[in-house]
Amino acid sequence: MSSTGELRHTALDALHRSLGATMTDFAGWDMPLRYGSERDEHIAVRTKAGLFDLSHMGEITVTGPQAAALLDFALVGNIGGVKPGRARYTMICRADGGILDDLIVYRLGETEAAASEYMVVANASNAQVVLDALTERAAGFDAEVRDDRDAYALLAVQGPQSPGILKSLTDADLDGLKYYAGLPGTVAGVPALIARTGYTGEDGFELFVKPEHAVELWQALTKAGEGVGLVPCGLSCRDTLRLEAGMPLYGHELSTSLTPFDAGLGRVVKFEKEGDFVGREALREAAARAEQQPPRVLVGLVAEGRRVPRAGYAVVAGGEVIGEVTSGAPSPTLGKPIAMAYVDPAHAAPGTSGVGVDIRGSHEPYEVVALPFYKRQK
Amino acid sequence: MSNPTALRYSKEHEWLSAAEDGVSTVGITEHAANALGDVVFVQLPEVGDSVSAGETCGELESTKSVSDLYSPVSGEITEVNEDVVNDPSLVNSAPFEGGWLFKVRVSEEPGDLLSADEYTAFSAG
Repeated sequence: MSSTGELRHTALDALHRSLGATMTDFAGWDMPLRYGSERDEHIAVRTKAGLFDLSHMGEITVTGPQAAALLDFALVGNIGGVKPGRARYTMICRADGGILDDLIVYRLGETEAAASEYMVVANASNAQVVLDALTERAAGFDAEVRDDRDAYALLAVQGPQSPGILKSLTDADLDGLKYYAGLPGTVAGVPALIARTGYTGEDGFELFVKPEHAVELWQALTKAGEGVGLVPCGLSCRDTLRLEAGMPLYGHELSTSLTPFDAGLGRVVKFEKEGDFVGREALREAAARAEQQPPRVLVGLVAEGRRVPRAGYAVVAGGEVIGEVTSGAPSPTLGKPIAMAYVDPAHAAPGTSGVGVDIRGSHEPYEVVALPFYKRQK
Repeated sequence: MSNPTALRYSKEHEWLSAAEDGVSTVGITEHAANALGDVVFVQLPEVGDSVSAGETCGELESTKSVSDLYSPVSGEITEVNEDVVNDPSLVNSAPFEGGWLFKVRVSEEPGDLLSADEYTAFSAG
């Protein structure tokens, strides 16, 4: 399994094992892959609620008078423009424009006047890379970059029943909490940063708590969700949920060899913000290049048959390779295999005919569709 | 999980029933089905195909991965389970019963098939 020695364990490790979870090595962490059927877990999140342990995610705190200025320099987004209590999806790029990671940045603190404090949440596999880059880029700024990976456990409650479940455990104003916002509060007696974020395409909450409170909170959420179908969920269904929701995953849709413009996410790059930022020049060029000669486009593919496309499989049309699958899985919601793939612009329009995926030598027909595959009804 | 004692097992996690009129039934074990996760697609050999012990004769696709299906014995395929083609989840829900995969007229079997106890020890290790 792991070639790098000892796996790290979350504060919920013993609990996962008592629930019979199948564990897997994920970025050096021993994480629950699934508890029972990943399909059932997926459907529970779409129709009721699911409870996830995401404690492997990398939290980095940035504080100090120039915290916002540092983040504006280090990341491609306009972080100075984030209001207290709000969160933003952004990226950290290399000087050559390649994506180092995609991030969510939360601006903590309840008032404009409070000292600046931001929490940057990185993917588990990139947490060290992001920490190192932020630390290096902080030189010359009056700001502190702090590794808070061990300071937090992260639990997520996702699905249509999640607001009701959480409301029964907190006095926090959840109705006033918008999507991509976070507020400090108490859940089941446990101090938590309550964020209305997730990675499933459903309404839901992510709860950042001290590791010593994780078990207590998990048990309280389990109990509160008992009557409405809440189930523990592993990383396997999280992947099919985010795929249906058309959300990119680092290492699949995003990598250092792509700029945000190549990934179809050029909108996260804010050239209009004040001051320089790492990657600005290269990203300008990437934006111009994308306009002149459009890069491959990230599209959705839906299978007509039952064979599942996997990352790295060639997308074909008329006997030519026209793209590559970045993520693929059977979709529990659609009942068919689906994939995200980068394809040549000529074949990217929804409904383009004659597109297939080379599945171990056989060209299986696929329909090109716009992303996402699934959008929740509000 | 308990492995039926009436069956024999391969190290590739297939089970093989005792032959009736020279024909044995083949499936994958509960241990293998659990390791695969939800099976969503099976590609089985065709009736009349010749299969060889230890060689691939199909595919089992689950949510996260695709695995080769091996035949534990050599012989000729006499029947495939169409129910499992139509509903691959039978491999997970009833690996030793409704989730059987194919029947084979055995011409030769390798000497290293395991008893239930031996397989239980093998798959635990």
